[in-house]
This record gives sequence, C-alpha cells and structure tokens, in this order.
Amino acid sequence: MLTFNKYERPGSLEEAWTLNKKKSARLAAGTMWMRMGNGQIGTLIDLCGLGLDQIEETEDAFRIGAMVPLRRLETWEPFVRYTNGAVKEALRHIVGVQFRNGATVGGSIWGRFGFSDVITLFLAMETTVELYCGPEEGTETMTLDDFVQAGQDQPKGAVLTRIIVRKEQATFDYRSVRRTATDFPMLTEAAAKLDNGEWRFAVGARPGIAVRAEMEQGLVTENSMGEIITAMCQNIETGTNMRGSAEYRTHLMGVLLERSIRKLMNKSGEESARCQ
Amino acid sequence: MSNEKMTSTQMPERVFGARTPEEQEKARVEIENRTSMLHAVGKPIRKKDAMQLLLGQAKYTNDLVPQDCLTVKLLRSPHANAFVEEIDTSAAMKVKGIEAIFTWEDVGQDGQRYTQAGQTYPEFSPYDRLVLDRHVRFAGDPVAIIAGEDEKTCMKAMRLIKVKYKVMEAVLDFTKALDNPVIVHPEENWLPMVQVCGDARRNLVSHEEFSEGDIDAVLDDCDVVVDRTYRTQACQQAMMETFRTFCTIDQFGRLDITSSTQIVFHVRRIVSNALHIPQRMIRVRKPRIGGGFGAKQTAISEVYPAFVTWMTKKPSMLNFTREESLTASSPRHQMQMHVRIGAMKDGLIRGIDLYTLSNTGAYGEHGPTTVGLSGHKSISLYGSAEAYRFVDDVVYTNHMSSGAYRGYGATQGIFAVESAVNELAQELGVDPVWLREKNMVREGQRMASYYGEATESCALDRCLSDVKRRIGWEENAPVKDLGNGKILAYGIGMSMQGSGISGVDVGSARIKLEDDGYYTLTVGSADMGTGSDTTLAQVAAEVLDCSPDRIVVFEADTDISPYDSGSYASSTAYVTGKAVEKAARQLRELILEKASQMLGQNVNELYFDGNKVYGEGKNSISLEQIGYGTQVSNNLALEVTETNSSPTSPPPFMVGAVELEIDKATGETKVRRYVSAVDCGTPLNSNLAKVQAEGGILQGIGMALTESITYNDRGKPIENSLMQYRIPTRQDIGHIEVELVSSYEERGPFGAKSIGEVVINTPGPAIQEAIYQATGKRFYELPITPEQICMAFKEKGAQKHE
Amino acid sequence: MEIQMKLNGKPVSGHVADDTSLLTFVRDQGCLSVKCGCETSCCGLCTVFLDDVPVLSCSVPAARAQGRNVTTLEGLREEAYDFAGFIADQGADQCGFCNPGTVMNAIALFRENPDPTEEEVREYLAGNLCRCSGYEGQQRGIMRFLEWRKSQ
Repeated sequence: MLTFNKYERPGSLEEAWTLNKKKSARLAAGTMWMRMGNGQIGTLIDLCGLGLDQIEETEDAFRIGAMVPLRRLETWEPFVRYTNGAVKEALRHIVGVQFRNGATVGGSIWGRFGFSDVITLFLAMETTVELYCGPEEGTETMTLDDFVQAGQDQPKGAVLTRIIVRKEQATFDYRSVRRTATDFPMLTEAAAKLDNGEWRFAVGARPGIAVRAEMEQGLVTENSMGEIITAMCQNIETGTNMRGSAEYRTHLMGVLLERSIRKLMNKSGEESARCQ
Repeated sequence: MSNEKMTSTQMPERVFGARTPEEQEKARVEIENRTSMLHAVGKPIRKKDAMQLLLGQAKYTNDLVPQDCLTVKLLRSPHANAFVEEIDTSAAMKVKGIEAIFTWEDVGQDGQRYTQAGQTYPEFSPYDRLVLDRHVRFAGDPVAIIAGEDEKTCMKAMRLIKVKYKVMEAVLDFTKALDNPVIVHPEENWLPMVQVCGDARRNLVSHEEFSEGDIDAVLDDCDVVVDRTYRTQACQQAMMETFRTFCTIDQFGRLDITSSTQIVFHVRRIVSNALHIPQRMIRVRKPRIGGGFGAKQTAISEVYPAFVTWMTKKPSMLNFTREESLTASSPRHQMQMHVRIGAMKDGLIRGIDLYTLSNTGAYGEHGPTTVGLSGHKSISLYGSAEAYRFVDDVVYTNHMSSGAYRGYGATQGIFAVESAVNELAQELGVDPVWLREKNMVREGQRMASYYGEATESCALDRCLSDVKRRIGWEENAPVKDLGNGKILAYGIGMSMQGSGISGVDVGSARIKLEDDGYYTLTVGSADMGTGSDTTLAQVAAEVLDCSPDRIVVFEADTDISPYDSGSYASSTAYVTGKAVEKAARQLRELILEKASQMLGQNVNELYFDGNKVYGEGKNSISLEQIGYGTQVSNNLALEVTETNSSPTSPPPFMVGAVELEIDKATGETKVRRYVSAVDCGTPLNSNLAKVQAEGGILQGIGMALTESITYNDRGKPIENSLMQYRIPTRQDIGHIEVELVSSYEERGPFGAKSIGEVVINTPGPAIQEAIYQATGKRFYELPITPEQICMAFKEKGAQKHE
Repeated sequence: MEIQMKLNGKPVSGHVADDTSLLTFVRDQGCLSVKCGCETSCCGLCTVFLDDVPVLSCSVPAARAQGRNVTTLEGLREEAYDFAGFIADQGADQCGFCNPGTVMNAIALFRENPDPTEEEVREYLAGNLCRCSGYEGQQRGIMRFLEWRKSQ
C-alpha cells in the first residue's frame, strides 16, 4: 500500500520545489508504482495542480506537459500523425487503459525504468526535457539522452515540467516483444528515418535503460542494412533477467531493427535469414 | 524379446478405439432423444445471481466485515528453512492500536498437528502443521500473528518485531529431496492419519504402486517404445479474490467464521484441529466467492483470524495480499513424470508405464491424493493397453505447500502421457489423431488403471471426430507457413477427469415447499462462480415440473446446510446434483400425499403437473393451496433431506486441438484458435458448461505458455505479483471454440457428469505438439517460452544451412 | 485531512488519513462494488471514473479527487443494466469479482467509441483481468450487445 504522512498539492513550481527539498518528500505524478518503492515517504507532493497537464503543438515542436497522462498522448491526433502511429504502438501495451489514464509522461521518464517504452520512443526523436531547478536557477533544458544517462533522481531536487519534441521531417516505427500483451517488454525498439537520409534508433529493455544510436546520412541502405544491424547488435549491450537472456535479447534486437528499417524503407516482406 | 506368452489368440477379446461414424451418429441420436424432453435441465438460463454479480451488488467476504473488526497480519519467515531462536514483540506491542501479537510461544509445540487440506476425514494429507511452528519451513511460513486496529498499525508493529533465526540448509530441488540429509519434518509429532507408505525421515509423504499385467514384458515385446521424462512447474490458481476470512463470536460464545471457501464443513474440522476446540463451538459459512479453482479447497486463511478471535473474543479479519496469495498459498504440485509407452507397428498401444515424482512443498496438503490422478486419469485414456504400471512418490521440500488446482494432478499426468502419445505417432510415422482413434477408451470398456471401473458413458470418440472436423485437421495439420515470417502449427490432446471421489464424496440437499408454492433448496456445496446454485435449481425444477425461478437456493453454512464434502473434485453437478434429484423426487411424493389428504382421494389417482395436483374428474388443488395447507393443522412435513454418494466416478472426456501462430524470428506465440469438444454427459446448463470449458482452457494455455512459479537460490518465490506471474489477458487469445458432445451417464442427475476440471488438461500436450511441429524440437517441460521457441527455430535454421 | 467530492452525483465528505486511497475512500462510503485484486495496479478490478475518465482507484490518493466527480458502478447501474444482461445471457459473469471493473471500463469504451471492432474491445479492456471466463463469453456478450444497440 502507498503510505505517506502528509499530502500537499502546491500551486506553484517554486512551492513544489521547496517542499521537495526535504529528504523524505516525494514528487507524485501518476502514483501508479510509487507504493512499490521502499523507503518511508513523509510528504507526498502532488504535481497535479501546476497546469502541467497541457499538451501543445507549435510550429516546430510538440510541448508535452509532464503530467499529461499516457492515454492522452497516445490518442492525441497531431502526435499520432507525426509519429505514424508509433506512439500508439509504444503505449498500447502498458498495462491497460485505466493505468494509462493515471500514469503520466513525466513520471514514466523521471523513473528511468529499463523497461520503459516511453523513453525508448522519445529517444528515437529529437527530445529535450525541461526541468525546474528552483527560483535561482530557474528552468533548464537538457537532451533526453543526457537526462537518461544522468541516472536515477538526477538532477537532484529538480521538477520535470515538460518534454519537448522538435519536429523533424521523418518517419517513425516502434516495436516490442512481450510474453503477454500487457507484460513488461523483453525488448523495445524505435526507429526514425529522416528525410535527409539520416537514421536514429533506440533500443530499450535490454533490460538496461534504452540507448540511442545515430546513423549518418546515406549510411543505411538496403545493401548495408545487414552489416549495420550486426554492428549494432555487437555494440549495444544486453543482459539477462527473469524475462529473457542476453543472447535472446540481442537476437530480438537484430530482428526488430531489420523489421523497422524494412518498414520505413517500404521493403517489408523480404526479410533476411535473421528473421527466418 | 522372446516373450511368447502374449500371442494375439491368448489375449482377451476386446473391441478397441473409436466407434465407426455410423455407430457414433446412432449414439448421438439416441442421447438427443433422451434429453430433448427436458424442460429445465440443459437450458442456457442466466445464473440466479448474474445481475447482482454484474452490477456489483453481490456480497463477498470483505463486503460483510463488521465494524470495529481487528485486522490480522502475518509476519512471515524470509528463510526457506530456519528455527526461531528468539522472538521479541515488546516494542511492537507498544504500537498504539495493537491488540495482540502471537508467536510460537502461544502455541503448544508438542500438541497434535493438523492439515489444512479440505478432504474427507480421515484425511490422506498428513497432520504436519501447527498454527505457529518454531521451525519455519518455507520463505513465507508464518512466524507471528499480529492483530491491530488497522493495516497500517499492524504493519508498523510488524517492523518492530525482532526475530533471531537459526538459518538452516534447505531442500529446494525436489528431485533430490528423497533421503536428503536435510529433513523438512524432523518433529516427533508428525502424524499420518492414513497409512500411505510415508516416512517423514526420508522426506517422503507417500508412495504408491499400481499395475496390471506384466508391463516390462509387454514393453520388451513392443515394436516401438517412447521413453521420456516430462516436467510441469507449480502454477497459481490466481483467482481474482485472494484468500480472506473474518471471524466473530456469536450469541452463544461460539466462533463464527465467514470465509471465501469451497469447503465449509472441512474448515470447521480443520479449525477445530488447529485450535484444539470442539467442533460444536464453530460455525463456518461462505458468502459469494471470487473464484477458487481448488485454491480454496485448503484452509489457507481461516486458522489465523480464528485464533485471534478465539483468544481475544473480538472480531477479526485477514485479507491475503496478492503477494501472499502468490507466495504462501496452495499452488499446483510441481511434478516430474517418466513415461514409457509401447506400441506395435500397426499402431496398437500395448502398455503404459508411468512414474511420477511430486513436490508437495513444506506441508503435505493434497500431496498423496493429487499424484494419483497423474496416473489414473492419463493411462486410462487408452483402453486397449494390455498392461500398465503406475508408481508415485510425493516428497517434502522447502517450497510453499502445494494444494488443489483444477485438474488436481491429472493435468500434469495428461501432459506427460498425451505428449508421449504424440511423440509415439511421430515414431510410428502415423497421424496422432488416427493413433488415438485406434487406441482410445470406448464406452463400456473396463479401465484397469481407473480402479477397474468401466466407462458407462463415453463420447470421447465423438469428441475427437468433432474436433478433427472443426479444426480442419486433415487440410491444415501439422503446419502451414503463412509466408510473412509466421507459421501456423497444430497439435491435439485428449483428457479425462472424474465426477467426485468414488465411495467418498457426499452431497446432500434439503428441499421444502413454502407458502405460496415455491421451494427452498438448501445445499452444502459452494458456488464459486460456476453457477452451481443455478444448475442445482435446474435439476430440482426438472423433477418438480416448474421453472428454476421457483427454486430459492441457500448454500454452505455448517449450522444450516445438510452435509456436503464441498465443491471440489468435480463433484457438485454429479454428487450433489443427484442428491437434489433424489430429494425433489421424494418431495413430489409428499406433495401428492398432502394433496391426497386435502382432496380426500387416493394417492394413486392423483397427478401433479408442477402447478396443480389433479384428481378424478374436475377435482384439483393448486400448489399454493398445498403450501398454505402445510401451515394449518398439518402433521406432514413437506420437506425432504437426501444424501448421495456414488460408488463410481464417471469420467467426463474431452478433446482439444490448437491452432498456434508463431513468429519464427521472435518466438512470439499466440493461440489463434482452440477447438474443443467436451463430453460432460448431459450439461445441466449449456451456457455455464461452455464458459467453464472456455475458462479452463485459457488457464491451461497459461500453464503451457506463460505461467510458472520459480524460486531463487535461497528459496524465495520470484513471481510475487500479477506483474510477474502472467495470466493471459484477453489480447493473448484468439478464439476458444467449445462444443458440448454429450453422452448419458445413468448414475448422474439426468445423465450429467462433471465439467469443471477436465477442461484444463488438453492445452499442455496440444501446444507442446504444435511447437514441435513448428520448430522440430520437443520440449519436455512447461511452460514453453518465446525465447525457447525462438532458439529452437535458430537451431533448426542452423541445421538447415549446414 | 478533510476531503470532499461528488460521488455518484452526491456531495460526500470525510475526515481521512492523508494517504487514503480513492479505493478505500469509496468503499468506506459504501460503494462496495469496487474491488481490489492485485495491489500492483494491473488487474482493473478497482476501476472508477474520475471526471468520467476510467482510472485505477487503488492507485489514486483520495486527496487527488478533492472537489472532483467520482463515479462507481453504484452510480451507473441504469446505464450498465442492458449491457450486463448480455454478459449474463452468456453465463460469463462467473465469480463476478472482476465484473464491476470490467463493466465500468466497457461503459467507458462505449462512450468513447460507440462502435468498436473486436480488436478494439480486446485492447481497451486488456487491463481488466478475468480468471474464470477465458474472456470468450465476455467477448461474445459485448459483441452481441453492440449489435443489439445498433439495431435499436
């Protein structure tokens, strides 16, 4: 059960930030998995009163409030269109509709879970996160990649406020493999094919947290695809947990990468021996 | 190979296998003719409580808890095998709101032990438990019982209890348990109630041997012998409502237990044994139950709040968390089965030899009994075998105790034997369906391995024909490459179970005519969602020529209900159902007798059509008049109690075939279609029988593909939540297609046999076979994961390219 | 703390511990249709509507519902009645413990998407676990209800 001593719903970011300075305080987003953590919670700081549940499209970006529920993101037409449905595919396996009405984009990213579909998806895009770091330092932004690598609960004391996806001329694809439809993934994979010929990939649930790989213009072709995938499978580390072995995950990585590349090249149905 | 004594001329003359299509059709028509006149039995009516259940108005245990009820929590051992050296509750007792904390010091360690298994007395399960034992035997065994004003208070106190354990080596591999130097039950007061060759000093709960014919000689003489070892993991029933119980003290100072249980009468005895108080001081009742599947055939949660309430005389409740329900409960027994099956080149199966090793865990609940079904209900599917042997050992380990789960050992044994038969077909180079047609048990045949009982009702051959046609076996099996990286693979399996425990189970019914001509039916069985309250009413309504709406059902209260063993072993439809039929028939006689008094006519001249009793001429009297007649100047009780037990346990039969879609590159596997036919005799309610089958099949699919209980190297169960223990979601299944193919069982009510358990047994072997057909690799252990399937494809691919 | 909300259209208030879950709060208010099945936010039994959006009440602090509209099956019986009948006609209600959550989420689906395909139904209700029915009977009942509603 989720236990804490005091519930606070701050009305401003500064107030939230100040409350969060206490060691036993916790910021609350969706509160879906909070009770599974150990450690005593003194004050629960509910971020639901800060207007962070807004989602907007500007000319060059999508600005997604940290408190936007996953379900709203997956059903938000402009973003579904922009990602060619990849956002739907990434989120639809996460437990169930009711869960995704509670779980938030910010919570999913702040948690930096290895199995995160959300992080895998956003890593394949030009994503930055916006953080509130107190009245003195104000708002900072950093790339999602840097944020993910910064590690759990970093930067210390910050409040994640927004996820910003810069629009690109690109197409996207998302894939995952699971034991049952709503289980944690055994591997996640996202791909972006930019119109300028560059490619970007993200692989998660390795079971470590998602990592990103970028390919220069013109590098990924029908002929080079096999070699590139093999190289990625060699370079991206996988591990073993109760859901799958490192060997299996590496194999899945190759399969999912090839399927994504073929799909984005419109070359489906001609899979290599890797996929046979 | 010089065995000359079994020549065909000396073999007893027998008719083997399936009947001809003409004979099958004739049987179908005969049965249809017998059941087509039924007006209530078989009809797909709604469950009596359906709308209350669907609209959230039905009351379960937790919805009835009285005000100011103490919350009970259990401090559980983190160690698989340990001795409580010191336990200090003084700090915990100071927590505000704590009422009591009990430890082993409050429980006599030398007193008589008990079992939590819900079985007829004397139980086959050994008496090996104490409410709190200083020696804890699995990670999760209770160390202290905490009672406080709410959960938070109890949890706070729990953290303050100081325990010093002497941690000992644990037995975690059941294949190494027998004669292991680590003894799970070294205590002097270990007590088997029935001698089943157990020896606690050897970690042996029971040992049995059954055989007929000279199996070694027969197998030596066979052209082909498949010799394989199979293993199934423990699985959780995972009913949606966890174990839960609350207790109060009634106006006579008795312990009043309300619990989510399938076995009110057994719980009364178990609590009496555990607390060492007289049974007359205990009442047990059940409200609606949120699923059981056998889990609630063991008194998992009852003893602890009973102890608290008896000691404090205050109401208390215990709700198991899902984690407790998954880690300290009563899952299916893990089993290892060594099968040898021998046949001639012409496909005749001549002998089956099975040795089963079963892991009962830390306590013996249902250990000696589940294992028997692994042999009796698998080997018996093959009537033509001239010899068989079945030997089993059940061993203790330091896993959580096992218990009863739908299928009760048959599921494990059928996985092994049916998988071996599929492999035999491959060895013989024949179609597995054909092999079964040739060898399956047929109606009227004696089954040596089923206590020598004969199948008086068996439509197994018709089930097989039906499934073969509906899945398109001849066109589709064994594999079809879809060309998009996916492959469809097919597999098949047969199954049988029992209908109650022959010569043991007792079902009773009391039926009474009320005021305006309706009836109350009181039974001791437990509708746990199956709809037995409704189907039993349908049986009564059939006899009494009325609508089931006129029958009000009351069930399972030890102070009120007539005795019933409980709802398990697929007994309710067959055993209790027959008791209802008998009681209703007698009540009909009494109605006529009362009418005869009221009309002043001889009983022989009267006729009852369900609404009125008609005499000579225009003389008649309504049921309402008779009902009120019993309330005025009456000396004839229009009330009957009947009890029923059956010397046989007629098996229901089933065939299931799977169409499995497999992604060759990822190993992802999904059942696209599961086509099945079930012979449950006359279904008492065709809708409810069908849904029983659909639900059981999906549980079987879960066991084949995703579900298992595993332990880490210190003996802690890993799958401790529904996030880790993966039961199938509705997206994981295509369509489950069930047809009811009836036989007619003379001993059952209107021809009925059981349905609840037989339905879980076929997915294991059918899916195992389909995966073999797709990958070329046979798996001998369930579940079979996408990773294993994927790697099998990779091996196959590597071989192809070599 | 003091909390107030509209529960099934009626204002309710209560003095509760700060960490009371919405599940506990509505049950304490007598809405006993709301069940708990997993404690890890993955079974769907505790589904309620928070401002008409289906959420897992076990995972929502009651304080978060302060001043908002909460609906349980107790407040939706009329809307649920016809649909429930179609499940009852399949015998797919079974033990009933998952029924309130499933019925609630099905209503949410029908409001959001009045004419879903079979696959859409499966996906929307994937977070509602059921161990009795194998889902087949539920699915049959849902599809027949949708056909019936279209014909009305």
